[in-house]
Amino acid sequence: MVPLEWYLILAAALFCVGAYGVMSRRNAVAMLMGIDLMLCAVGVNLVAFWRYREPTAVTGQAFALSVYAVAAIETAVCLALTISLWRTRNTVLMEDTD
Amino acid sequence: MSTTSILNLTWLIPLFPFLAFLGISTFAHQKRELSHRLAIAGVAIAFALSLLVFWAAATLPVGGGESAFESSLVHWFTIGTEQFTLGVTVDPVTAVMLLMVAPISLMILIFSRGDADIDTDRRQSAASFKDRPSHTHFCAQASLLTASVLGAVVFDNLLALFMFWGLADACTYFLLGMSYDQDSTAQAGLSAFLTTGVGNLLLLLGLALLYASTGSLAYRDVVSAETLAHLSDTRFLGTPYSTATVIALLFLGGAIGKSAQFPLHTWLTESVAAPAPALVLIHTIATGPAGAYLLMRTFPILALADVGVWMSAVVVIGASTAILASIIAVAQNDIRRVLAFSTVSQLGCIVTALGIGAYVAGAFHLITHAFFKALLLLGSGSVIRGMKMGQAEDGKQESRSRRQEGGGDAGAPRAGQEQKTGVSKTEGFDASDMLNMGGLAQRMPRTFWAFVAGGMALSAFPLISAGYWSMNGILSYAYQRDRTVFWVLAAVTGLTAFYTMRQIGLVFLGQPRSEAAARAPESAPSMTVPLLVLAILSVGLGWFGVPEEFPVIGSIASNWFHPFIGSAFGMTVVGGQVGEGARQLAEVTVGFMRRPLLIGSALSLGGLVLGWLVYARHPLLGGLVLGWLVYGWKPLQAGEKDRLETGMQRVWLGWLYACMRERFYLDHLYRVTLGRGVILLADVLRAVDERVLDRATGLAGHAARSLSSISAWCEDHVLRAWVSLVGRAGRDVSQAVGEVELHVVAHLTDLVRLGTRALSELSAAVDVKVIDRAVEGIGGTVKAGEHFVHSTETGNVRDYLLRAGLMVLTLIVVSFVILFLHI
Repeated sequence: MVPLEWYLILAAALFCVGAYGVMSRRNAVAMLMGIDLMLCAVGVNLVAFWRYREPTAVTGQAFALSVYAVAAIETAVCLALTISLWRTRNTVLMEDTD
Repeated sequence: MSTTSILNLTWLIPLFPFLAFLGISTFAHQKRELSHRLAIAGVAIAFALSLLVFWAAATLPVGGGESAFESSLVHWFTIGTEQFTLGVTVDPVTAVMLLMVAPISLMILIFSRGDADIDTDRRQSAASFKDRPSHTHFCAQASLLTASVLGAVVFDNLLALFMFWGLADACTYFLLGMSYDQDSTAQAGLSAFLTTGVGNLLLLLGLALLYASTGSLAYRDVVSAETLAHLSDTRFLGTPYSTATVIALLFLGGAIGKSAQFPLHTWLTESVAAPAPALVLIHTIATGPAGAYLLMRTFPILALADVGVWMSAVVVIGASTAILASIIAVAQNDIRRVLAFSTVSQLGCIVTALGIGAYVAGAFHLITHAFFKALLLLGSGSVIRGMKMGQAEDGKQESRSRRQEGGGDAGAPRAGQEQKTGVSKTEGFDASDMLNMGGLAQRMPRTFWAFVAGGMALSAFPLISAGYWSMNGILSYAYQRDRTVFWVLAAVTGLTAFYTMRQIGLVFLGQPRSEAAARAPESAPSMTVPLLVLAILSVGLGWFGVPEEFPVIGSIASNWFHPFIGSAFGMTVVGGQVGEGARQLAEVTVGFMRRPLLIGSALSLGGLVLGWLVYARHPLLGGLVLGWLVYGWKPLQAGEKDRLETGMQRVWLGWLYACMRERFYLDHLYRVTLGRGVILLADVLRAVDERVLDRATGLAGHAARSLSSISAWCEDHVLRAWVSLVGRAGRDVSQAVGEVELHVVAHLTDLVRLGTRALSELSAAVDVKVIDRAVEGIGGTVKAGEHFVHSTETGNVRDYLLRAGLMVLTLIVVSFVILFLHI
């Protein structure tokens, strides 16, 4: 198995990519993609630690599953907000929503 | 190739339609011809493989209780320390279900090609066709649906079953939501998904309970003797019900949601606006039989449930669904709605049959029902297409004749034409309304005969239809088991026959009641050939299930189905014969009994004749003097209301007819209660958010502002007063000392006066320079802090994100430094 740090670096890199995506995109849906990427990075981190430290326990998998479930729910809510935003202000660019 | 090696490759069966789906979605998205060929290729290969597997399974030696083929297991996934394995199991039920799913799917795909050709047909220009959904989409979804149903049938794990049924649900949603032009279909797709989701939830609870009690979800573990004994002996959480009962009830809940039993049936009957091939897939392959298949697979557990609770539950739900749906079907005017309610009713019969223990009869009826319901639905699709093309023709005739007439006055020919085509010219012409049809037997003969074959099978026409043998299997078993159920199911048979004949009479017999029906052409061979194939199967499948004791035919046609499926039952129950219920259900092959058979035949024939008398008169058949009914026996004329409706109005039951036509207002009820209920909940939550949460955050802002105003007030009143008090005290002291100095010691007092004056000046300076500045500094700091905090409220989302991101980045870097430079 590769050393644990490789997975952690991967997760950190994914997280930074997601953060950059969130901060630099104008479109709300693109920002959502960045947010989802960050949540996935969190999941990778969790799973890496679970696999390397305590693979027989269920907590790692359960925690990661709940993170992904929350990510899915949050994406649904944000998309609903985006649609509502579009309907009221006719824009999805974040700079127009200040 | 030995039998076992063929059976080891059973997992390939769902693979090919799945590959077809992937291929269509990726490559053939806009190419209609290619996507159609890919879909048919995938399903055809699956069909060929199913035939191979069926042959292998049928020739496998049967007996001893361990002959269901179980392949070697593949490690699927691990949770913690629990390992989940996946394998393939081929027992007779699997083999027969494979043979049901694959050919029907193939027929549907062939039919849909003809159905979709309307768009490319240059001669048709009617506006009703312009929003047809894309055929490639349908091919992709149909392939995926076939693949998921085949996968659910083939694998040996209840969890795999659940997964694949979930996939099938998603495909149902896609298929139903495909008609972009009609808003109602999108709603129907959503309601289908949500309602079957309720069933999924109950099924999931049942699976969780099963897993918690037994530690495994594979079939071989679930139906072993120890597991079944354990399930029936343990009590569920201290209640007097055994675990098996609770699990069985939860699975029944899953079946209710999936197979559209009452009260969760509205999704199936509201989804009729979808194109016919999609409807057939849903009714016959996907979610329709899903619940029944689930009950078949978990039958040993159901057999162990407390007989009283279980029987009442399943009988109440299944039988009431059957009878309620068939009553409603009598009053429906949309040709597809009648068939939808008849599906619900027949599924109720199947669920009842499985519930009371008629394993073989229920399985047989499931298979035959799939075939003839597919036939009827495809036939209705053909009819509707004919009507639409007739309507288009009629529209063209109208415009052509109007052009011929010129501007001019409304002469007699014009008035005559308007009178004749009054119905079809209006915007609201419904091509699927049976009251607009009629006389299509002459216009569309192949569809007519295929539809008659399917209708006879549905109404269990004696001797020549598959439905007869399967329905009477159920009736015989119910006769022995529970008389009330028998009479309910017999009434269902009668009503089924009545509304089938009503449908055939209204659609095909008599004279056309509108111009569209008068011009409806026969459908293309790509649509009628599947109809004919299915018609042959509807009639021929019955021969496989004739009981041996039947007078003449039984000795000729060996009863193949009963021992075949019965062996599956034996395999599963032999290991687990515990409890009273299981012993009662041990008798699987029901012998031939005269009385229920005769009652069933009489009811079906009687229903057919009654329907014929009310709705049609075929001049060739001559008069059948069986009782002159109130309404006479001429076919319905154009514009005439449904005869049953007028009849019931005459006996002051018109309100009942209206209730039946409106499906007993159940869907309205659901819309009002559930729909409005959810919106009400959302309103309540929004009010909470506005009143409570926003006020709480506003309070924090108010607190900060009042803190700064308090500090300003402190500075104004308290500090200044204290400082000026100190200054005044100092000055008073110096004045007193000055007077003492005047009288006693000049130098000393002078010095002292100077000193105190210096002190007071110092204190004044301190007051001005230090303390004032300090107080101002505090006030200024607070104000600056307030400015700082306020300035971060830019309202600019990206600003906030930037700050948050910078903070997080800093945290990450710091944590990395701490963690890794110290490790």
